[in-house]
Amino acid sequence: MSRSVWKGPFVDSYVLKKAEKSRESGKNEVIKIWSRRSTILPQFVGLTFGVYNGHKHIPVNVSEDMIGQKFGEYAPTRTYYGHAADKKAKRK
Amino acid sequence: MARIAGVNIPTHKRVPIALTYIHGIGPAAAREICTATNIDVSRRVNELSDAEVLAVREFIDANLTVEGDLRREVQMNVKRLMDLGCYRGLRHRRNLPVRGQRTHTNARTRKGPAKAIAGKKK
Repeated sequence: MSRSVWKGPFVDSYVLKKAEKSRESGKNEVIKIWSRRSTILPQFVGLTFGVYNGHKHIPVNVSEDMIGQKFGEYAPTRTYYGHAADKKAKRK
Repeated sequence: MARIAGVNIPTHKRVPIALTYIHGIGPAAAREICTATNIDVSRRVNELSDAEVLAVREFIDANLTVEGDLRREVQMNVKRLMDLGCYRGLRHRRNLPVRGQRTHTNARTRKGPAKAIAGKKK
């Protein structure tokens, strides 16, 4: 079920604070955030966030198309390199 | 016989059924077209007059995206997701289910026919 409109988009408050601070001061540094569940708001466009994927912060340059989605969508948490041809299994 | 929205030539069938042969028109949209153009749902395509066919064609042009346009639109949406680098885009790139379905088993629609894995027996 989707979120009620009257609540407005969900954003962790520290993300808002950090974004505002970087807007005002020295530009273009990666804003490290852990909040993958926060919605990307219009005022985040142009900023670069380092979204944590459980291992490290993935730099995400926010563009206009990303508004309304969550930060977590841009920092995949799983690494999958595919199945290598398994030689051990072949013997049987 | 009756060419509507490009190449589609469904005939001998009832109008709402025949219209669903067009990509982008399902049963609901087909019924909507029939009511809008005052065509009885029990009539067949080859019974339609030229004026009625024209009315159907005009209604589709004015209100619906079908066939090539629709395919292009869908493709553009998918491409947008892929260029964005978001999770849904990654799933599209890999040809895996996009909406969180399991892939341990099933997911054959997206993955295609099962590929045999060499040496996987007991």
